[in-house]
Amino acid sequence: MKSVSLISKLAVAGLAFAVSGTAMASGGHALPYSYVADVDNLPSVQRGASAFMGYCSGCHSMKYLRYSRVGQDLKIPEDLLKANLMFTSDKVGDQIISSLSKAEGAKWFGQAPPDLTLETRARGEDWVYSYLKSFYVDPTRPMGVNNLVLPGASMPHVLWEKQGWQKKAEAEHHEGGEAAHGEKKEGEHAEAAGHGHASPFTLVQQGTLEPREYDKFVGDIVNFMAYAAEPGRSHRQSLGIKAIVYLLILLGFAYLLKKEYWRDVH
Amino acid sequence: MAIVPNPHKTTGIMGWIDDRFPATKLWKDHLTEYYAPKNFNFWYYFGSLALLVLVNQLITGIWLAMHYKPDAKLAFDSVEYIMRDVPWGNILRYMHSTGASAFFLVVYLHMFRGLLYGSHKKPRELIWIFGCLIYLVLMAEGFCGYVLPWGQMSYWGANVIFNLFGTIPFIGPDLVIWIQGDYIPSDATLSRLFSLHVVFLPFALVGLVVAHLIALHEVGSNNPDGVDIKKFKDPVTHIPLDGIGFHPYYTVKDIVGVCVFLILFVAVICFAPDGGGYLLEKPNFQEANPLVTPEHIAPAWYFGAFYAMLRATPSMFSSALPGVIVMFGAVLILFLLPWLDKNPVKSIRYKGTLTKVTTMVFAADFVMLNYVGLQPPTALFTLLSQIGTIYYFAYFIGLMFFHKFEKSKPVPERVTS
Amino acid sequence: MSTQSVANATGSGVDPGRRRFLTLATSGVGAVGVGFVAWPFLASLKPSERAKALGAPVTQDISLLEPGQKLNVAWRGKPVWIVKRTPEMIASLAQVKGELADPENEQPQQPDYIKGDARAIKPEILVMIGSCTHLGCSPTFRPDHPAPEIAANWQGGFYCPCHGSKFDLSGRVYKNVPAPINLKVPPYRFANDTTIVIGEDPVAA
Repeated sequence: MKSVSLISKLAVAGLAFAVSGTAMASGGHALPYSYVADVDNLPSVQRGASAFMGYCSGCHSMKYLRYSRVGQDLKIPEDLLKANLMFTSDKVGDQIISSLSKAEGAKWFGQAPPDLTLETRARGEDWVYSYLKSFYVDPTRPMGVNNLVLPGASMPHVLWEKQGWQKKAEAEHHEGGEAAHGEKKEGEHAEAAGHGHASPFTLVQQGTLEPREYDKFVGDIVNFMAYAAEPGRSHRQSLGIKAIVYLLILLGFAYLLKKEYWRDVH
Repeated sequence: MAIVPNPHKTTGIMGWIDDRFPATKLWKDHLTEYYAPKNFNFWYYFGSLALLVLVNQLITGIWLAMHYKPDAKLAFDSVEYIMRDVPWGNILRYMHSTGASAFFLVVYLHMFRGLLYGSHKKPRELIWIFGCLIYLVLMAEGFCGYVLPWGQMSYWGANVIFNLFGTIPFIGPDLVIWIQGDYIPSDATLSRLFSLHVVFLPFALVGLVVAHLIALHEVGSNNPDGVDIKKFKDPVTHIPLDGIGFHPYYTVKDIVGVCVFLILFVAVICFAPDGGGYLLEKPNFQEANPLVTPEHIAPAWYFGAFYAMLRATPSMFSSALPGVIVMFGAVLILFLLPWLDKNPVKSIRYKGTLTKVTTMVFAADFVMLNYVGLQPPTALFTLLSQIGTIYYFAYFIGLMFFHKFEKSKPVPERVTS
Repeated sequence: MSTQSVANATGSGVDPGRRRFLTLATSGVGAVGVGFVAWPFLASLKPSERAKALGAPVTQDISLLEPGQKLNVAWRGKPVWIVKRTPEMIASLAQVKGELADPENEQPQQPDYIKGDARAIKPEILVMIGSCTHLGCSPTFRPDHPAPEIAANWQGGFYCPCHGSKFDLSGRVYKNVPAPINLKVPPYRFANDTTIVIGEDPVAA
């Protein structure tokens, strides 16, 4: 199984590379960070599930995802699932529906927090990763924070305890701030955000996590959200390997058969 | 009241059937004794592949319709229901969504084959016309199907297409409301598109495919040399000397083509069903919202060229109608091809340099238009699409004259291998 | 060399055995493939995750159920009856035995742990799928007796309005009625004295 998933990953990477050159512009401005989710990293997706249920599911639903599916795919036994992840329902067959109603959400935040099941497919893994790392202090906003990726976002910085508070780099270093702003960082582990020269932010108060740990924490959440956006992904990839192996065998026979019959044709 | 014995001398169950239904006759006429030229090349795979994709679309479509809900409130959720809750539903859905793109790809290559080897020329004009009708119905089918998931691209794509009709003078605005059954694309619109997508258009498509094949088998297949194989027949058997039975020779050959095609098809379904945002667009993972248009709205890739032509044409007399006329004209001019092409030589192999070069440029032009149609309308892309549009029409007009300015090669009497 | 494209299949070095083998091999491998392709289509017709979630075990509190009363609960969309039987009702079960088709529960219409005349874990609590074993109508609860229009010796039970099948207060079918076998007892367990979980077997002691 392990080799299958490795081959499928390589195949995905190859195809992703093939289409990336022509990929559609995902809309407007460049993102400050890039990230490719790894849904096959089970421990990370499990941690992400726990973080999502703890920090996000209070306001955001995942109305297409059932707890039972999460338990099955992420290999979490039912008792652990119920104890650690199920805060909104006691039936494992239920979907993840936030206890915050749409009307209440609209009252508190100006607009109802969106459902997040398909967020990584609708906006991209890069976008979600960047969004969660791009809250910065902005006293002009009602929640005291703004977001570089989604200016005027009405969501508070829920993960501030983990990350701490950061300011936009321009505010601190006037020189070269703009240039740093547009720069794109490659890969999750390139360097700890907030310290690198290329970062658009300066950490003014660190949270409980080191910047590097926070990146990993956000990466876990994005991995889980990428899983949630398409729980069937691993299955279709392993299926693809089998189907192609079968078709190659059939192709071999069909080719020999064709050659055999075409010996008649001069 | 004895039945006249069937001429195939079949006995037993087959004999009983053949006395009442032309089973053996159909088998022979259309497979074992349908003599196709022996020199088919790579380009001749795409006809059978189009049939394969059609069957794929029909069967996966029947299955998806068992779970899909054509209701503006439920449609988006029901697609996610198929993707998650229905066993194997994600595979069925990807087979259908990828199949739509594969259909257009295969049909474009199939049409280009016809253009290359003069398959539209006498006596095959009706085959070409039926083919163009198939393409037209396919576009309608593709459009309706694209709307059904009721995501943001579905909704706004439908909105743009319907508003094309609004450019028709006098009746346009009322026509749009009539087509939509509402002031905006809505539940009423979704329901009628669903009905067309699963009932009327598939019937029309299958009927036209049958007509396409009947016409083909009436006059016989063309070939890369563009010569008529019926001119030289075996004096005893009356079988064309350069003809071979479609079955088994081309069936075994097409199976090889099908295997190669399926490998690519499965690769896309299983490893890149989104196709980097071209096969399933990102905004279509958000439910339709009549109040917010996505930042960048583009048509499905297979409509890119026509969309580019629409955008390339400036509005005139304060009307957007010219763009719409150009776009529909680009499809309709295909129907005229058998009469526009005045070159006495059928196959590109024996045509002169001018036709060869302009035809290759035409293919490149069409690909470019498709690409440009999906990009934001920057100054450069608008210019490219304008040049591309002019060339597209100029090429078809040019087909009337190219042969006068070039030297054709002698066409052989019999096919070359 | 022949001018004709297709040479005689038996001549010019054609090996019919090889040809037959390749035809069979390709057809065989292809047939296996068709089977693989058919599987997703057939499997997709099974109950979806939504149907399974809706068919999950149902928990029902019965603390307010009075003796002699019946309660309807939906499990997998079907009616499940919970009847709190009186001592008199339990006593009637033995009296009608002679008129029943399968008084000893020989047909597998109940889980292994359901035995005896009461066909229940606790004799006073009947749990039963309210779906007639004839053609699936839901029989009517008729505890009243005598009821000569149903049967001369009616001691209370269930009467199917569709085709007149009769069952005793344990859901055992009478002789000579359209329904062939007893009503079905679903798997169930007592979470505590007054809470029943329908759809789950008792936890093994």
